[in-house]
Amino acid sequence: MGIFTNEPIRLIVQGITGKDGLFHAQKCAEYGTNVVGGVTPGKGGESIDRWPIYNSVREAKAATKANATMIFVPPANAADAVMEAADAGIGLIVCITEGIPIMDLMRAKRYIADKPVRLIGPNCPGIITPGEFKIGIMPGFIHKPGGPIGVVSRSGTLTYESVFALTNAGFGQTTCVGIGGDPVKGTDFIDVLQAFNEDRATEGIVMVGEIGGDNEEKAAAWIKANMKKPVVGFIAGITAPPGRRMGHAGAIVNGNSGTGKGKLDAFRENGIVVCENLGDLGAIAKQTFT
Amino acid sequence: MKIHEYQAMELFAKYGVPVPKGEAVFDVESAVEVAAGLGSWPVVVKAQIHAGGRGKGGGVKLAKNIAEAREHAKSILGMTLVTRQTGPKGRLVRRLLVEEGCRIAKELYLGILPDRETGMHLVMASAAGGMEIEEVAETSPERIVRVYVDPLAGLLDYQAREVAEGLGLPKAASKQFLGMLKNLFRLYLDYDASMLEINPLVLTEDDKVLCLDAKIDVDSNALYRHPDILAYRDTDEEDPHEIDAFKYGLAYIKLEGGNVGNMVNGAGLAMATMDAIKAAGAAPANFLDVGGGASAEKIANAFHILLSDPNIKGILINIFGGILRCDTLANGVLAAVRETKLSVPLVVRMEGTNVEEGRRILRESGLPMITADSLTDAAEKIAAAVK
Repeated sequence: MGIFTNEPIRLIVQGITGKDGLFHAQKCAEYGTNVVGGVTPGKGGESIDRWPIYNSVREAKAATKANATMIFVPPANAADAVMEAADAGIGLIVCITEGIPIMDLMRAKRYIADKPVRLIGPNCPGIITPGEFKIGIMPGFIHKPGGPIGVVSRSGTLTYESVFALTNAGFGQTTCVGIGGDPVKGTDFIDVLQAFNEDRATEGIVMVGEIGGDNEEKAAAWIKANMKKPVVGFIAGITAPPGRRMGHAGAIVNGNSGTGKGKLDAFRENGIVVCENLGDLGAIAKQTFT
Repeated sequence: MKIHEYQAMELFAKYGVPVPKGEAVFDVESAVEVAAGLGSWPVVVKAQIHAGGRGKGGGVKLAKNIAEAREHAKSILGMTLVTRQTGPKGRLVRRLLVEEGCRIAKELYLGILPDRETGMHLVMASAAGGMEIEEVAETSPERIVRVYVDPLAGLLDYQAREVAEGLGLPKAASKQFLGMLKNLFRLYLDYDASMLEINPLVLTEDDKVLCLDAKIDVDSNALYRHPDILAYRDTDEEDPHEIDAFKYGLAYIKLEGGNVGNMVNGAGLAMATMDAIKAAGAAPANFLDVGGGASAEKIANAFHILLSDPNIKGILINIFGGILRCDTLANGVLAAVRETKLSVPLVVRMEGTNVEEGRRILRESGLPMITADSLTDAAEKIAAAVK
């Protein structure tokens, strides 16, 4: 069944009448996801491809019993779309939109904090349980159903690269989650790691991080304290030049963490198997997971 | 996006935040005129560049009379100012801020920014102003007051008082500070600041608070709702390649000393590609993310930007197609190679959506390019080609 879902997915697409929204609604349906409709304010009552369009998420939910949404709404309205979905009681919200102002996100994140919803993203490729469903923009064919590896990553295409390496090395995936590249996001590494730790089908985890922030360091500490399964970690941006930081106060809040070296050290100190060169991921997976 | 200090001060003034009287100028004579018109001495002549640490680099000087004002304006305008934030190449100074001096009793620090870890607004203040805040954090972290502000509730009165108490202000100044902090917080919110910083904020000898510095960075994702900030943009402060990239919607950062240009989709994969180039023994010349939905035209523009760097000895294209389809990429690459009459080796590695079609297009084009079937393979091939 994969993580973050405990009932069959019934997916709506917010922004289904946009080019990307429709294209990926179709791709998700092709992959086997049960797409039940779309939302575009002002176009309720119309339909697109095989799907009915609703004016609001509340309407869509009442008509389709949707329990998940994939958001392609433009950046200026995307945070609003997230809050609307949460208010309508959609349990799984996957926000693909890139370029949302950070203050909009901070408000949305706080707004949904006490509601029974899981937000993945924004600015992310989404979530896929290979062979069952995909909610997102990842190319489905690079995945291999059946597990036993869980993948979590901050990046989009880097997730594909990692998944493809696993597939080529013969490892299927339980669930792959792209948590997104924005500084403020709905789901962090630890949320996903926790779910993988409890998921019986997942036997090992690949965690793909990148420079900046201290999510990886915190996740590493969490892994040491809690994780019962082997974890392979990769960090992108080891060669990125220093001095491109956001500025003074940002640097101080993050302290010395945030550098690639600091993250790799944190991985090693906490028992995570480090993959230094992404090209070696398949081989390292074989050593670690078999 | 960064703006100049004098521009930030204009916004401060608009929000009722106290700043010294002053004006921005572009030439020496205007500087002298403004200095004379301020009505009191000394005046301060400050270089306006998008980087901090100007004082230590000789970009901020005190003038006690007209002759000194002229001398300082002459020496600072046109100088290449090197600070810890500009890198060794420094920045050419094209603008000055001339402002009235004041009698400083105490230097303080104040900053507001979105805190990525908590998703809250963070107000930071320290009585150890003037120093670099990183240094304070390292040597005496207890001297920094941190207040986390709920984005739904906004800055609460008691939180503002906590900041004021942390700065140890005298009573009269404290009251003025509370009003100022609220206005600053409103400005920070209204303008989607990704950073608002004042270093130093000063307490004057007559117990008033005054911002002797103003730094505002605006969230580039929010620029669409701030046309007045876009009007503040100073392209002289940006790398010309980065300006082009911005125009075409590409994320580009030039790296010093590199010889391999690279074009990748996705920031994470772009960084991993740079790492792989380095691991293979060559040096990446840039970071370039063409984004998820790149068109053939965007690919061609990206190509032009890469080729405009004279140090480039080879190009690596690494695309893992999700939204971006490999056939679109292949057509874009072909058009760009033909149009630019490419003369350096090109290695192309692609994978993902429509990859077979993309590979067929490249194969049948008959153009000279090296194909690779994995990231490591691609990095090794380009490293060998530029040797």
